[in-house]
Amino acid sequence: MIQKELMTVTNQTEIAHNIYEMTLQGTLVDQMNEPGQFVHLKAGEEMIPLLRRPISIARIEQEKQEFTMIYRAEGTGTKALAKKRTGDFVDVLGPLGHGFPVEEAQPGQTALLIGGGIGVPPLYELSRRLNANGVKTIHVLGFQNKEAAFYTEQFISLGDTYVSTVDGSLGEQGFVTDIVNNHGLKADIFYSCGPTVMLKAVEQLHAAPSGYISLEERMGCGIGACFACVCHPKEDESGTAYLKVCSDGPVFLAGEVAL
Amino acid sequence: MNRLNIELPGLSLKNPIMPASGCFGFGREFSHLYDLSSLGAIMIKATTEEPRYGNATPRVAETPAGMLNAIGLQNPGLEKVIANELDWLKQFDVPIIANVAGSQTEDYVQVAKEISKADNVHALELNISCPNVKTGGIAFGTVPETAKELTKRVKEVSDVPVYVKLSPNVTNIVEMAKAVEDGGADGLTMINTLIGMRIDLKTARPILSNRTGGLSGPAVKPVAVRMVYEVSQNTNLPIIGMGGISSVEDIIEFYFAGADAVAVGTANFVNPFICPELIEQLDQYLEAHNVDHISELKGRSWK
Repeated sequence: MIQKELMTVTNQTEIAHNIYEMTLQGTLVDQMNEPGQFVHLKAGEEMIPLLRRPISIARIEQEKQEFTMIYRAEGTGTKALAKKRTGDFVDVLGPLGHGFPVEEAQPGQTALLIGGGIGVPPLYELSRRLNANGVKTIHVLGFQNKEAAFYTEQFISLGDTYVSTVDGSLGEQGFVTDIVNNHGLKADIFYSCGPTVMLKAVEQLHAAPSGYISLEERMGCGIGACFACVCHPKEDESGTAYLKVCSDGPVFLAGEVAL
Repeated sequence: MNRLNIELPGLSLKNPIMPASGCFGFGREFSHLYDLSSLGAIMIKATTEEPRYGNATPRVAETPAGMLNAIGLQNPGLEKVIANELDWLKQFDVPIIANVAGSQTEDYVQVAKEISKADNVHALELNISCPNVKTGGIAFGTVPETAKELTKRVKEVSDVPVYVKLSPNVTNIVEMAKAVEDGGADGLTMINTLIGMRIDLKTARPILSNRTGGLSGPAVKPVAVRMVYEVSQNTNLPIIGMGGISSVEDIIEFYFAGADAVAVGTANFVNPFICPELIEQLDQYLEAHNVDHISELKGRSWK
């Protein structure tokens, strides 16, 4: 059930360069039960920027009615969000979209989680849930550089974690796909979130028999009404078939979407 | 006391607030959020004879107090809209205004003829103002004689009243309004979006894949208010006003300008609960200001 609520900020910390971790509290958290879903936010009633900002959910703590998200303060919307302090309110619409199917990984199996940049956060809640179900997780996290990296310790506490940076300033130099290839990582299932070019490369890795990917796309309404974030399904004889990233996704079965 | 009910050609409205075409899909997404029967009417997404995928992404770009869109009339086509969408909408007690689009006159005529037969379609909205398709759309909405002729052709086949959606991208909006009035239009809906562009500072290229898009949101409201003000004084047609409405104050402003009802567009994307919220707030506003009925406010700016 989608709700709109003025939620209270209980934590706001800059955890890497321009990367913020924000925790929000409110009854809307009761509706969150799937990692990979997102919220659509507005800092206030301002008209610039006019639209909400989609941000993925990194951690859900139902008992405290809190969720945590990690975002990059880049444009006017996220910069306004970064100015919020503990006790301030944020206008939250959510939870939105379809998340990662946790139950697709059986207890005792191994799941490979591959994240790039600001695509890393939703994999954290996913990994927590998988581990709670007795699934072994391997994490491959890619960042631009050391300054942009975050949450590596948190992932290490949940399972084997490999880090790559484009400039080699942290972990191994290269891309997440290089790590999977160089270490010969194999799993029963993979889950991935990051830029489309990365997801495309991840799909071609064949590190697991099947997997799920979470797409990033420019969005309008976030609920499937505006048709801003459509993409083509791979199988489409008519040429007019479409999928909406916000409401059909953002998580899709690997191979479902033409990337 | 009912302060909000409005009678317009083909439309008995519980209240004068309806979502604008293209900002509400066919209502499915919003039906999970509130009861669609609470709305005055629903202007459904533009329907063309054949299914359309629309333009490539990026399709939206934000602007100060507004947004540009270039969706390109994506829709499942006439047959599926009637069989799936309109049929599904029958469960709600709400009149549907079907937005009709096409590439050429024959397309409009065919869609109008078929879609106006649906039980819950109480009026048509002739889309001669979409700026985001290569043929049709706005091509019919900028030359008075062409608009008049198309209106006439659609009127001949439609089972329900025909409202024409006017484009603000014209030199003389009154001339356009009078032309479609001569063509037999039963009402006007105005305004559609203003053609605009944003350019990416990194690539020096337009952000939208369509290059240009339609500007909507609070930024266009003064343009819409001015046009409703001018047109309402120069035609006898009822006007459903729209363009940047996001508050009760905005609705009152459109009424003062000369509107008979209003549509809410882009604001649905910012707050999907906006329509029912505005319906409730409008009633409270009228009560607080001792207005017996909303229609009393119409045209106060020039009366």
